[in-house]
Amino acid sequence: MVFVDEYPKTSKLIRSQFIVSFVALALGALFGIVQALHRTGTLRIISSADYYTILTGHGVLLALVFTTFFIAGLFAWAVSNSLERELPQRVSWSAFWLMLFGTVLAAVAIIGGLIGAPSILGHDLKADVLFTFYAPMKAHPAFYVGAALIIVGSWLAGYAYFKSLWNWRSENPDERIPLKTFMVVTTMLMWYISTIGVAVEVVALLIPWSLGLISSVDPLLTRTLFWYFGHPVVYFWLMPAYLVWYTILPKLAGGRLFSDPLARVVFVLFLLLSTPVGFHHQYVDPGIPEGFKFIAMTNTMFLLLPSLLTAFTVVASLEHGARQNGGKGYFSWLRNLPWGEPAFAGCALAGLMFAAGGFSGMINAGMNINYLIHNTLWVPGHFHLTVGTAFALTAMAISYWLVPQITGKKLQRRSLAVVQPYVWFIGMALMSNAMHRAGLAGIPRRTAEPMYSEFSFEGVAGTVGEMRLQIAIGGTLLFVGAALFLVVMAETWLAHRGGRLQVNSVFPDPLSGPEHSPRILDNYKLWTAIALVLIVIAYGPPLAAMLADGIAVPGSPPIPV
Amino acid sequence: MQVHNFEKVWLGAAILLIVGFIATISYGTVGAGISMVDDSGGQISAEAVQNGNTGTAFDDPGVVQESEDNVVVYVVAQQFQFRPGSGDTPIRVPVDTRVTFKVTSADVVHGFAVTETNINTMVIPGQVAEVTAVFDETGTYGLVCHEYCGAAHHTMGGSVEVVPQDQYEPQEVSN
Repeated sequence: MVFVDEYPKTSKLIRSQFIVSFVALALGALFGIVQALHRTGTLRIISSADYYTILTGHGVLLALVFTTFFIAGLFAWAVSNSLERELPQRVSWSAFWLMLFGTVLAAVAIIGGLIGAPSILGHDLKADVLFTFYAPMKAHPAFYVGAALIIVGSWLAGYAYFKSLWNWRSENPDERIPLKTFMVVTTMLMWYISTIGVAVEVVALLIPWSLGLISSVDPLLTRTLFWYFGHPVVYFWLMPAYLVWYTILPKLAGGRLFSDPLARVVFVLFLLLSTPVGFHHQYVDPGIPEGFKFIAMTNTMFLLLPSLLTAFTVVASLEHGARQNGGKGYFSWLRNLPWGEPAFAGCALAGLMFAAGGFSGMINAGMNINYLIHNTLWVPGHFHLTVGTAFALTAMAISYWLVPQITGKKLQRRSLAVVQPYVWFIGMALMSNAMHRAGLAGIPRRTAEPMYSEFSFEGVAGTVGEMRLQIAIGGTLLFVGAALFLVVMAETWLAHRGGRLQVNSVFPDPLSGPEHSPRILDNYKLWTAIALVLIVIAYGPPLAAMLADGIAVPGSPPIPV
Repeated sequence: MQVHNFEKVWLGAAILLIVGFIATISYGTVGAGISMVDDSGGQISAEAVQNGNTGTAFDDPGVVQESEDNVVVYVVAQQFQFRPGSGDTPIRVPVDTRVTFKVTSADVVHGFAVTETNINTMVIPGQVAEVTAVFDETGTYGLVCHEYCGAAHHTMGGSVEVVPQDQYEPQEVSN
């Protein structure tokens, strides 16, 4: 039985979430190629001042809208599929509309910047503040209200998962929580804890400040609150990708998950360690004592552990699958994986690139090594491997498997779907390696013109011209990759129902099942409490120091000068 | 809980790797003396920086010889220039001398990075960023604002000229 026939209401919800997500992907990808070509001097259709509006749109649409809506859809499927029930409808739809309304508000504010920032409600309609929207760069209040609504909407969406779990629990008091639901709930707990920072920043400080109700805010405080959320948010993107890699990928490889208990341990570690790490984005901020940076660094390094464990479990599961398919030898089993299957190939390539992204992330996290690459092009080189590939490519790949099940329609244009992950992989390999090297040469990120009149950059390995060319070609391939995906999705969506779907939602049991995992892993109260204690240790003293001299001291001056 | 032997080995290796990273970085701090940008620069009123009435060297920023072996460079970053640093006032410092940069902002958050060096800090209104370096080669180094600071952010650059000690003289910049 197909998911859409079994859970028609939840399927409709997921379809709506996916449509918004894919529209955001289309716009975000368009903004992305405009930037890649502008910055490299290949093709310039916007002014350099508008570059930052385009960059804000790219960041917000892809990192916030595409991700949050896709995750809401994926989680709705995961909970519904593993607890075998429809999601509560009213709360889920309220969450959807709230998030959509927030998205529209934020998008209107951003696009206002491209049409000359007309004055709306007494404020210039623009939001060229980038995805990292801390003071004192100021956006139209609609942008902040929109961002707040997206986050509140995601909280509400999470409530539907908890409600499903409670209902399931009352009917199955002695059973272990199914792995997919366990992962969703752990991720949402992490999300609730980590979004407190940005919620306080936006609701208590930025909205009143942008409306002119308070005259100034403390820039360091808003930065700190933003980064309190700004790193955990990457785990909010990564954990859903892990959910796919742990629960669906082994099956696509023709095998079974290696260890269910270890998967649970990994997610609990993320819940505990994700939030108290934000100071590693502030290693070079003045006003924060070195000791707090050191605590965050230690914590960040230990956050490598769940990812290293994942590497083991996922690769072991894939190897098991390959050997079921006749794979032999130490490495030649790799040939027995279904590389021509778009859902599998996309997830596996995403995982491979994430390994490279993980290593450049260790450099970012290395407190004093960070001096070399802080705010250089290395950083977008890094997160295009993590968010832009580990998450985005996994999301696209698993859509090839999931969308037929929530629409009841066979995947169309299969040949395009087969090449799409490889196009993305090659495009990202070119763009990202050039960005990493350009970062080592000191070329800054977030700039429309990385050329200065006073001096020029010298390449570390290869020339600056060659890096620029690779970024332009890579960016173009990524745009083509996104377009291929959207064509496949659009045609599948518009196709008629019927025929064999070639995919199903039946999961084989793990090699080592949940019965081997200690019951304490299901004790969410305990883990949440420990997570909060770690946060108080990492953030309590510095935040207390920042607040001690007054919430707006030292304040932001009037701008422009 | 059942943990496979291979998993145990992997877990051990992973923890060893992490502890190794932390040890390397700690060595960099304690052994090699790479200290972090921290709160040693203190706070300042950004509005006073803007109005030039802080009562500190930031009112007339420039290079100051504070003691025989320590040169202090006061820099104000603002949309879209470094004072000194940008345009026809490059920062001029002597080679093989301890140079302390004290940087603050008159408006929004900026970045302050000197190419080919470890000098890299955020410039946050209300805070003074303090970094110390010794240049062991003469020449011109690029100065970049690497934090988006407004529509003309990409024009905010400058240079640091490291000159032989006998050619160096302190400079001040007037608004």
